[in-house]
Amino acid sequence: MSNLGRYIIFLGKLFTNPESFRTYVKLIFDECAYIGLNSIVLVAIVSVFMGAVSTVQTAYNLISPLIPDSVIGLVVRDLTILELAPTITAIIFAGKVGSSIAGNLGTMRITEQIDALEVMGINSVSYLVLPKIFASVVMYPFLVILAGALAISGGYLAAELASVVGSADYLMGLKMNFNQFSVTFALIKSVVFGFLVSSISAYMGFYTKGGALEVGQSSTKAVTVSCIAILLSDFVLAQLLLVR
Amino acid sequence: MIEVKNLTKSFGDKTVLQDISGTFEQGKTNLIIGASGSGKSVMLKNIVGLFKPDSGEILYNGRNFVNADRDTKTDIRREIGMLFQGGALFDSMNVEQNVKFPLDVLTKMPEDEKLDRVNTMLKKVKLENTNKRMPSEISGGMQKRVGIARALVNSSKYLFCDEPNSGLDPMTSIKIDQLLAEITDEYQITTVIVTHDMNSVMEIGEYILFISNSKKLWEGTSSDIIHSGVQELDEFVFANKLMRKVKAMNG
Repeated sequence: MSNLGRYIIFLGKLFTNPESFRTYVKLIFDECAYIGLNSIVLVAIVSVFMGAVSTVQTAYNLISPLIPDSVIGLVVRDLTILELAPTITAIIFAGKVGSSIAGNLGTMRITEQIDALEVMGINSVSYLVLPKIFASVVMYPFLVILAGALAISGGYLAAELASVVGSADYLMGLKMNFNQFSVTFALIKSVVFGFLVSSISAYMGFYTKGGALEVGQSSTKAVTVSCIAILLSDFVLAQLLLVR
Repeated sequence: MIEVKNLTKSFGDKTVLQDISGTFEQGKTNLIIGASGSGKSVMLKNIVGLFKPDSGEILYNGRNFVNADRDTKTDIRREIGMLFQGGALFDSMNVEQNVKFPLDVLTKMPEDEKLDRVNTMLKKVKLENTNKRMPSEISGGMQKRVGIARALVNSSKYLFCDEPNSGLDPMTSIKIDQLLAEITDEYQITTVIVTHDMNSVMEIGEYILFISNSKKLWEGTSSDIIHSGVQELDEFVFANKLMRKVKAMNG
């Protein structure tokens, strides 16, 4: 509980005594490039295979002659948009970006770089963390959109190459009973997950104490706590936004 | 001038600083000395505001830093430059960017003027033509000098150095000491150095404050230190053979 309190105080410090706007502009662009571009390849590879495997496994399980093959496309689409693209990508995001944020800030802490900022009269939380959170919240939804598109494309490739379902059936399934709110829901989740991963990882890194060993521990803790927070908030959001 | 009055700081049950007072004058190299773990770095961190004292006052030219409002604290902090033990240079920036950093964030100076000032400071610390090198590509002594340039680039009035000679060879240590003394005199700043290096004490100590077991046991100048009559200080000063020989020669 004390950690939760400190985390909330930490978030409060983000907006206390900030530096001038122009200071943040370059930092935000740098972070967007780092967080977004550096994650694209990993997210793309995982998404294509995620979609392909979902298609093959759905086809394997739908053996009833009463269920048309186009349902495979529908299942892959909804599975991808509602869960795989935002949530599984968030876990990958936590592993790649979250650990990097925690490691970076942890190293800055133990080498007194954060103290150097404080002594200069700069709000170190705001200067170092705000651009990372802002960049994550902006870039992560784009990664989710990319992941969704590539996963569905991966499913199509699997349908074509493994011949588990006809491509026409798969495409028909993608269009069947489409609910636009699923996309809105996925984007809402992506904003929440982007915020949670970046802020939790920054908190873990920022308060690192000790040496190199503790920096590693902070990174590990950042990923673990971020994953738990993602899954918990995933359930809460589904309950709030999907259950009528 | 910085005045420290009755400074006390504890961490849990352990009192690290107990009722310490001292005055660090402008234009002088002021030293805080003591054995490892005596509390000298904690005292420095209290003075610069990285720790909050349990009680006592820290006055920067009469302005109380401890109980100041946020704006006054920010104003005072922007007059402070600090050299950290490991240099604390930003890994992702080259030498020039590191030195220019306070100007980028804290001022609206035109870029040309900033670069002029950076180059002047780098010349002052004898590091011309290293602008584009990364901190990992320069030696420990050079990192310390970049740290000094960064600390002073924004016309700081107060310079704090936490063990500026740690990890350096004796020749480089002396150069850093001389540089600090030269800068203090030239810019008429208030310099406070935490050290346990006796060479520094004898070389540049214009005012020395000795801390032992959380308390101030002695204050004075480098010429008085040999005859302080304080047992703990004698043990500290004459810990090595060379200093014992110096003492014997002085009778």
